[in-house]
Amino acid sequence: MSDTAIDKANKPEFYLTEDHHPEGSTMLGFWLYLMSDCLIFAVLFATYGVLGRNYAAGPSPADLFDLPLVAINTSMLLLSSITYGFAMLQMERKAKTETLFWLGVTGVFGLAFLGLELYEFAHLIHEGAGPTRSAFLSCFFTLVGTHGLHVTFGIVWLVTLMVQVSMHGLIPENRRRLMCLSMFWHFLDVVWIGVFSFVYLMGVLG
Amino acid sequence: MTTHAPATEDAHEAHHGHSHGHEAAHGTFRSYMIGFVLSIILTAIPFWLVMADVFESSTVTAAWVMGLAAVQIVVHMIFFLHMNPQSEGGWTMMALIFTLLIVAIALAGSLWVMHHLNTNMMPMTPEMMKNMP
Repeated sequence: MSDTAIDKANKPEFYLTEDHHPEGSTMLGFWLYLMSDCLIFAVLFATYGVLGRNYAAGPSPADLFDLPLVAINTSMLLLSSITYGFAMLQMERKAKTETLFWLGVTGVFGLAFLGLELYEFAHLIHEGAGPTRSAFLSCFFTLVGTHGLHVTFGIVWLVTLMVQVSMHGLIPENRRRLMCLSMFWHFLDVVWIGVFSFVYLMGVLG
Repeated sequence: MTTHAPATEDAHEAHHGHSHGHEAAHGTFRSYMIGFVLSIILTAIPFWLVMADVFESSTVTAAWVMGLAAVQIVVHMIFFLHMNPQSEGGWTMMALIFTLLIVAIALAGSLWVMHHLNTNMMPMTPEMMKNMP
């Protein structure tokens, strides 16, 4: 049998013994989550692209969509994006009250966006153009509704962070969380660009 | 107007000590406002094109709408999401490029395949349509 004594001290190591967890990896991890979220929306957009013209003798986008309302909705989301940017700038300055103020303004614009979208949905369903009417309306409600759900959870997250910041101040943990939400919020705005261009404007064009 | 001079940026880096680009990029007031104004313009133009029926052909309008949307997405990526090839040692950009590739395949592939499926469907007479389940 082998009688080679294994030198414990000089045992080669094939792994890093110290914990390798760089400081900023949260941002990259969150970015990867956003990219996977992007795939969800890509698939919903593809579904809409395939089924968006199947009206089942029902109403078409040109009959249903109210472009001035969509324009107001879009500006709400755009304004909330820039006010979140202001909140981030105040966070950099370590100004707690101003950060909370701009986060609040962002929340109000987000709620306005959601309110207008819910009004639009209620109006459509009331007119008999609910998600069960045609393939076009099914995928329209799925795509726009998924985006709306994201905004809803964004607002829940925003309120949670406002409570956190007001209780604990702008500690590193809260700054990190605010940066993650910043990416999430701006990402939702990017998705909305696709929605208003591809669904609303192209739909009305016919 | 906060204009970040390079000197303050350096001081900021030095303060962090071992900062090698993993700290997420920060915007300035100026960069946020540039992004905001650009995105307002890039939103207003497609809405105006569609609502005022500027072009005769709807294909031209559609091309403009989709083109402006692509430009606006890039504007948002740069000015709001602070994308740059250096952040996180280039890994955010790699993830983005990979995602865009998958998105392009999923979108173009679905539209292409389903379009051909539609055009190659067996023609249906009104009789057959009426007897559909």
